[in-house]
Amino acid sequence: MTPIQTLRVALRALMRNKARSFLTTLGVIIGVAAVIAMVAIGEGAKARVSDAFASMGTNLLILLPGSSSRGGAFGGFGSMPTLTWDDLKAIRNEVPTVRTAAAALQTAAQIVSEEQNWSTSITGTTPEYFDVRSWQVGHGTLFNQSDVDNSAKVVLLGQTVVDKLFGPNVEPIGRSVRIKNVPFEVVGVMARKGQSPMGQDFDDSCFVPQSTFMSEIRGGLQKYIGGAVFIGATSTDATARAQAQISALLRDRHHLQQGSDDDFSIRNLTEVAQAQEQGTSTLTTLLLAIAAVSLVVGGIGIMNIMLVSVTERTREIGIRMAIGGKPRNILAQFLVEALVLSVAGGLIGVALGVGVARYLSSSFGWPLLIQPDIVVIAVSFSAVVGVVFGLYPAWKASRLDPIEALRYE
Amino acid sequence: MADRQHLLELRSVSKVYRLGDVEVHALRDVSLTITAGEFVAIMGASGSGKSTMMNVLGCLDRPTTGQYLLDGRDVSQLDRNQLAEIRNRTIGFVFQNFNLLSRTSAIENVELPLLYGGVAGSERHRRAREALDHVGLGDRIDHHSNQMSGGQQQRVAVARAIVSQPRVILADEPTGNLDSHTSVEILALLQELGRGGMTVVLVTHEPDIATFASRIVVMRDGRVLSDHRQQPQAARLELVAAPETGAQP
Repeated sequence: MTPIQTLRVALRALMRNKARSFLTTLGVIIGVAAVIAMVAIGEGAKARVSDAFASMGTNLLILLPGSSSRGGAFGGFGSMPTLTWDDLKAIRNEVPTVRTAAAALQTAAQIVSEEQNWSTSITGTTPEYFDVRSWQVGHGTLFNQSDVDNSAKVVLLGQTVVDKLFGPNVEPIGRSVRIKNVPFEVVGVMARKGQSPMGQDFDDSCFVPQSTFMSEIRGGLQKYIGGAVFIGATSTDATARAQAQISALLRDRHHLQQGSDDDFSIRNLTEVAQAQEQGTSTLTTLLLAIAAVSLVVGGIGIMNIMLVSVTERTREIGIRMAIGGKPRNILAQFLVEALVLSVAGGLIGVALGVGVARYLSSSFGWPLLIQPDIVVIAVSFSAVVGVVFGLYPAWKASRLDPIEALRYE
Repeated sequence: MADRQHLLELRSVSKVYRLGDVEVHALRDVSLTITAGEFVAIMGASGSGKSTMMNVLGCLDRPTTGQYLLDGRDVSQLDRNQLAEIRNRTIGFVFQNFNLLSRTSAIENVELPLLYGGVAGSERHRRAREALDHVGLGDRIDHHSNQMSGGQQQRVAVARAIVSQPRVILADEPTGNLDSHTSVEILALLQELGRGGMTVVLVTHEPDIATFASRIVVMRDGRVLSDHRQQPQAARLELVAAPETGAQP
């Protein structure tokens, strides 16, 4: 018998019992669908996490001033200014792995237009900041270095702030808004950036030149930086080196003894992002393991039904043997039946899994990511399941004694 | 080697089964020669060893001791695969309970031996059709067994037995599940095959049925009790009362 003939015989036998064939394969369908959906969801979540971190800025390090300690109570990072503007200059100029850096001075304030007012976060910074955060202006222009040098009263608004102050149909560029009773001219609206990985709305903020911020909005220390410094490394691989080099530079500049604590802290967002992605991967692996177990359970279901089928069709096997079916023909027939069930289950499962993944990704707003290799792996694995769990029943069928089998009622 | 004189030859064949601790001697030193073209009835009560003899003759079972020559070839020591091949090429089976595949059309049932014999698709279909035509079911090739009467099913079984043009037909109580009218029809079919040169071995416990054979072998306790030739009765439908219903050939 040729393989095609065996396949045809197996198909005919399966079609004689459609409902049972379908129910048998259901285990594999669900298993494969679960694998496909889990992996797609995992990849989608991972992509979303890395997107969120990319939106914070590329190759980003955040440098925070040190903690104050008074009487043993530590105030936490940023509670005491330890970083000077000269430190920032040194970081920009002396660390080779640093592409650019900018301080961001932050406060919350009421911003008032002719129609509305809104409380938001005001950041005083320099044009490098937008480069480090990879944040483009949506329309209008960014303020430039001469605006910073001249303490120009210009402001860049986030999209959320624009919506709150002007509503959807008003052109904000050129309009005047007041912050702490100082009028500012709106020169640009930032492109929409969405949420931070922690759910904070990036677009609910506005930006003024650093010098203007210090003179008009919040005065204070002139020598020290009253906020965080955002640093862009030259590449993703360079972030760890940049962190070490900045740390060494600052310890030297601050004359810290060996063994004493840093009076600043550096957060490496690339590392945080990688840790997050790893967490997501771990979860995906776990879900995948559960899905694989369900696939094996599906295989056991196939074995179970094939064993029942062999018993039930004992007489058929006897007839086939009597008229010339060899043991290996019988083995092949039942093995192919199991294989057809499992592969059909695999294919239906892939379709179902893609459907589920599509539904979930659209309802969570995740990107739909289904790699072809996971589809191939899932279908091949279900084929392997079919062979492994089909072998024993098929072997049993092929070992039947034709005389006994023909006598079977 | 294909000695026309000795198509089937049992030489001192014994068959011993072990049921738990008890040894059952189903065949005891049986020697029997059947020549090509004979129509032999093997008779005997249940437990006489006729079924075991049938299984050995049909290459479904191997003798414990002794030799079985089929068409000159000793088949008593062949393995399962080789026996399957012999059954496929040389022997056609007809069973008491028809043993057709359920939910399968007549033509597919008849094609089955050819499928295992490796006959290609169109050739297989043509020969199966011919065999069904031969038994008078050429117009019912797509009927399933549950749509047919017992007589029709047994004729499909005969078609299946002859489709691979075997040397011998082994019929195990072929009329056991049929009424007398259809029994005669089936016997007429078997006699016709015998006239065509095919060897027919019929196992039965009914003396009436045995009268249609040209030779009667009677078994008892695993031995051949008697073996004689006779003038066979021709199977004609006039022998039985016409039934109200019945399959028309």
